[in-house]
Amino acid sequence: MGAEGGAGVNAFEQALDWLGQPGRWSWTAPAGIPYRTLEHLGFSALSLVIAAALAVPPALVLAHYRRGAFLASSAVNIGRAIPSFGLIILFWYLASRWEVDTSFWPLLLALVALALPPLFTNTYAGVVSLAPEAVDAARGIGHTEGQIMLRIELPLALPVILAGARVAFLQLVATVAIGAIVNDGGGLGRFIVDGFAQGAGGYGEILAGGLAVIVLALVCEGVFALLERFAVPRGLTLSRRATLSTRPV
Amino acid sequence: MSEYVLAATDRPLFEWRWVERNADEIVRRLGEHLALTAAALAIGLVLAVALAVLSLRWRWFYAVALGAAGALYVIPSLGAFALLVPFFGLSFTAAVIPLATYTLLILLRNIVTGIQQVPAEVREAAIGMGFTRLRLLLQVELPLALPVVIAGLRVAAVTTIGLVTVTAMLGMGGLGFFIRQGIQTTTPNPTAIIVGIGLSIVLAVLVDALLWLSERALAPWARKAGRA
Repeated sequence: MGAEGGAGVNAFEQALDWLGQPGRWSWTAPAGIPYRTLEHLGFSALSLVIAAALAVPPALVLAHYRRGAFLASSAVNIGRAIPSFGLIILFWYLASRWEVDTSFWPLLLALVALALPPLFTNTYAGVVSLAPEAVDAARGIGHTEGQIMLRIELPLALPVILAGARVAFLQLVATVAIGAIVNDGGGLGRFIVDGFAQGAGGYGEILAGGLAVIVLALVCEGVFALLERFAVPRGLTLSRRATLSTRPV
Repeated sequence: MSEYVLAATDRPLFEWRWVERNADEIVRRLGEHLALTAAALAIGLVLAVALAVLSLRWRWFYAVALGAAGALYVIPSLGAFALLVPFFGLSFTAAVIPLATYTLLILLRNIVTGIQQVPAEVREAAIGMGFTRLRLLLQVELPLALPVVIAGLRVAAVTTIGLVTVTAMLGMGGLGFFIRQGIQTTTPNPTAIIVGIGLSIVLAVLVDALLWLSERALAPWARKAGRA
């Protein structure tokens, strides 16, 4: 135990040394923490946008016509059972086998696939749980089905959709880091993977990289919490509890 | 460092031969995977029950515990492992601590919700019969909360089984070993990757089904009542 504690203290010193290395705070050099942070966020955000574009429209239409409830309820469970680490490696392997550029697409596809279930399920749940009076009223004043979906159901379901986006984004932030194992990028996960490759000598880099990833995730969670507070239409009295109960944890 | 060089291969995507040759290894890694999962769930469950008992006594404690569990849940798995490896080495301990903390949020929330859903008259009847607080918890509240608790446990178990594969990045065992092995060898091996992913999914589905069956056995009344 004592020796291990010693290694820990030592790791802190190594981490401080590592943080003091030249170029560590660069926005433009790959060794820089800010550079890797932007890369990490960019990759996560791009995946989220693509996944939302793919998942939200079909979920909205299906929920409007009350079709595919089983798909909506099982999507998240299926997503949970698929190991993201395996998906990244599998896509990377397939890309290299088909001689596609492996530096970008395999990781992006794996990330998009991971983000789909929470977005799909929450969009569906958000629309289905709306009060039918709002939709009936819209129909009564002559809205078409398409208008109802875009002007009534989508905005009203937004808090629940955002809750799903929050869950998806946090998964993405965690998975981009894992992606460093097959990718030259990998955002802040780059430092952790490089540190592991060095064995015990890399503990400083592992520790600093780990802390950086954790800080990034907590900041993202905070930003999402604020977003959820401000993005909800003021006339909407959707209790936090309803958001929580439909949130795929 | 992360760029493995691949020779283009005509290797089939899946070879039974490899599975037959490595049957012993597969069983061993499956055991490791289960051991990590079981340990994480057991630790998480014990902690969650303890936190739930305190949460039911003090409302402020529930808010604090839920906030802490939520913050822990947000931590990326690789970041959590990176934080612990310098202190515990590439060990079972370093792997199991984050896995256990990830289960806390859903388990704590479901245990508390489940116990709060116990009807007041049931609780009063038990107190009227002279049940102590501990007996009330163990013999009335927890059994009645069981369906909700097991629902949480199912989610926690499936999530944990998927996460255990990530421990392969620290050179730990489990099915992630095969996933990693598939691209680490000079001749990449798609069979190993598929076996690793496939068995992880099968394991998750089986454990999920097992917990569902145990719920039906332990709480037969939940089937008749409309479940929340």
